[in-house]
Amino acid sequence: MSNRLINLENITKSYGSQMVLDDMNLYIRENEFLTLLGPSGCGKTTTLRIIGGFETPDKGRVIFDGADITNLPPHKRQLNTVFQKYALFTHMNIAENIAFGLKIKGKSKAYIDDKIKYALKLVNLDGYEKRMPDSLSGGQQQRIAIARAIVNEPKVLLLDEPLGALDLKLRQDMQYELIRLKNELGITFIYVTHDQEEALTMSDTIVVMNQGYIQQIGTPEMIYNEPENAFVADFIGDSNIIGSTMIQDELVEILGARFACVDKGFGNNKPVDVVIRPEDVELVKPEEGTIKGVVSHLIFKGVHYEMEVMANGFEWLVHSTSLFPVGTEVGIKVDPFNIQIMNKPESEDEEAAPIEE
Amino acid sequence: MKNKKLNSLMASPYLIWSIAFIIIPLLMVFYYGLTDKDGSFTFENITAITTPEHMKALGIALLLSLISTVICLLLAYPLAMILANMNGNKDRFIVLIFILPMWMNFLLRTLAWQTLLERSGVINQVLEFLHLPALEIINTPYAIILGMVYNFLPFMILPIYNVLNKIDRNVINAAKDLGANNVRTFLSITLPLSVPGIISGITMVFVPALTTFIISNLLGGSKILLIGNVIEQEFLQTSNWHLGSGLSMVLMLFIIISMIITAIFDKDGEGSAL
Amino acid sequence: MTNILRKIYVALIFVFLYAPIVTLMVLSFNESKSRAKWGGFTFKWYIELFQNEAIMQALLNTLMLAILSSVIATIIGTIASLAINKMNRAGKTIMMGITNIPMLNAEIVTGISLMLLFITVGIRFGFMTILLSHITFNIPYVILSVMPRLKQLNPSTYEAALDLGAPPLKAFFKVVLPDLAPGIFSGFLMAFTMSLDDFIITHFTKGPGVDTLSTKIYSEVRKGIKPEMYALSTLIFVSVLILLLLINRTPKDKTKKEISGGK
Repeated sequence: MSNRLINLENITKSYGSQMVLDDMNLYIRENEFLTLLGPSGCGKTTTLRIIGGFETPDKGRVIFDGADITNLPPHKRQLNTVFQKYALFTHMNIAENIAFGLKIKGKSKAYIDDKIKYALKLVNLDGYEKRMPDSLSGGQQQRIAIARAIVNEPKVLLLDEPLGALDLKLRQDMQYELIRLKNELGITFIYVTHDQEEALTMSDTIVVMNQGYIQQIGTPEMIYNEPENAFVADFIGDSNIIGSTMIQDELVEILGARFACVDKGFGNNKPVDVVIRPEDVELVKPEEGTIKGVVSHLIFKGVHYEMEVMANGFEWLVHSTSLFPVGTEVGIKVDPFNIQIMNKPESEDEEAAPIEE
Repeated sequence: MKNKKLNSLMASPYLIWSIAFIIIPLLMVFYYGLTDKDGSFTFENITAITTPEHMKALGIALLLSLISTVICLLLAYPLAMILANMNGNKDRFIVLIFILPMWMNFLLRTLAWQTLLERSGVINQVLEFLHLPALEIINTPYAIILGMVYNFLPFMILPIYNVLNKIDRNVINAAKDLGANNVRTFLSITLPLSVPGIISGITMVFVPALTTFIISNLLGGSKILLIGNVIEQEFLQTSNWHLGSGLSMVLMLFIIISMIITAIFDKDGEGSAL
Repeated sequence: MTNILRKIYVALIFVFLYAPIVTLMVLSFNESKSRAKWGGFTFKWYIELFQNEAIMQALLNTLMLAILSSVIATIIGTIASLAINKMNRAGKTIMMGITNIPMLNAEIVTGISLMLLFITVGIRFGFMTILLSHITFNIPYVILSVMPRLKQLNPSTYEAALDLGAPPLKAFFKVVLPDLAPGIFSGFLMAFTMSLDDFIITHFTKGPGVDTLSTKIYSEVRKGIKPEMYALSTLIFVSVLILLLLINRTPKDKTKKEISGGK
């Protein structure tokens, strides 16, 4: 996992006056499952298209396995793409679709037939050779699109929101399928999505993007537990983001009450943002809490109750397995480890933008 | 139940109209085509196509319309591709190619070619300026081909453009992604996917070209008679409606053949002009 | 490089399509009556045009036919589309098959078939017979441009209107019709244009003494087209061109702002 397979250097791209990517730098390691995650218009698909060769950056270089491929046309690149809405060739049957890339490379018929069999087996669609794409369900078409790409043995598979057109249950099944495929093939996956759950489930590395900038790069755990700014915290899962003051190392004042925390080095009396995940807020008896509040909303979510607690002028989002009816007076406690301190955004671009999805 | 009644009530004006003005008139053509002046049954009006002058008219019409169709296809395909790949407001081009010219009368537009093609006309002056030999095609079959291509080219552009425009960009990208260069992508993806449009375009050019009498009238002088001219004369000059109907039935045979071919290739009506 | 080639190609096709039109416009300002030579610039044909009663009458006939036939065809065609859309597969196939006959059949055959019908029934050839014929070939254009729109229509919007308390007729006029409007309008426009430009079918279904611009021009071909005709055609063409430019000018800017305003 150490070798850098793809290097994006200072990539800038704009359409007309619209800046889509601004001086982006990113490397992708061999054999990693990397997800570009962000709201629509954040530049994730453009990044993928630049790697695939369907867009040329205005500035910057794409390095693949040590060679500069910035201006190499797509058909000469050693990577394959699984497109949004599958993009199968509707005038060809499944076998012909899968054989397309191999025929161009001039492989023998026996080799191609073998590969088709192998690929269909891999995506659990044995025996579908003679079917036409239109006669398959969305999920099946998606598997064929993947099979068509991987028979070419690419070093990297690019996936552009491949599960976007599928329904929830199928999407979840396909997530496991993709992880299995990735492990069996042992190649690099670059995956684009706006769905944070997909990203958290499948990725080795998540790249959170917004408005043409990378907001944070890290493992799913890092992104979830230690978001670097309010945008990431807000985009990944639910969270309480509260403007606070860092009194000194390991002590933060939130809504007028002092909480112990574990972060250091922010300076004394510095304004910061604090992120507390809803499942990390502990509801206790009023006198046991650091601050007091009243439960204002209650919803049963299956795994847990989702509650809103009004305390010191802030509506806290709380996930808890114990029930506190609306109107109950409660105390709020937070474990020092679960208080994540972030610097206030320095530039406008890092500020939490409204998320439409 | 009530809905069904309402539905058939709504369908009835058009149904009655199309029976009265489409179906019955066509049956009249068959009736006249299969009877003689006394009203008795005969095949003579149809076998009349085998007389040398009729065969010649049909032969020339077939030849000229086939040539025109091929030229239209060759001219239209690249244009349709360029338009389909263009960004921005494409509807504007459709209006410019298809709708706007129709607001200048079709007879006048065709006649204008006479002025353009004349011995001392604009085209020959340009050719002379470029030291090229003069073009003397007025009143020849070449002028008829030009008139056909000119009049029917939009009918070839539009269906091909429509089909190309509907092809998902990602399907083209997928072919390139799998290693196909531009030529290969065109031959194995774009071209096969545009077949419905091509076939529809061919029908839409071939049928009016095969049956025209007006283009040959205006640009071919009076020497060249196409099958359309013969039929027109039988109806409006000699008033031999039986013979005219019989010859029309022969003509319809060709139309039906091309309609069937279209139906086979264009099952979903993808290539229709509208 | 290829970009330039593309532009040249598009330009050449446009020259090909518009050269005759420009020629006619130039001829409308030609002092000489001959098509072949340039006799100097004049406006006189534009003035004489309005004194030429035969041309004015043909223009009137042409416009009346185009308006009446396209309006009637639009009404019949739209209602028919609504009905066809609700039919089962077989009904749909039959109706669309019938609709396609005038579209795919040769105009000359449509023309003579209608002529034979009118002869048999014994209607006197004249304005009425042309009008009936024009409506006949115009309905398919309306149906073929309304049907795709109908297919795209979300049936839930109509049901939503009913659900919110609108009576069926009101729901139709307030919700369904506005959604269909673009299709209906383009069908109407198509029908109007086709009627205006038709020669062949009119040629077979007109009576003596009644002329449209097309048949008038045809009758003048042998003796030479009157330059007033060029003037009139130029006027019609230029007014449509201006109309199109005006339509194209007005909207559009809004969407652009929304996209760039995202930041």
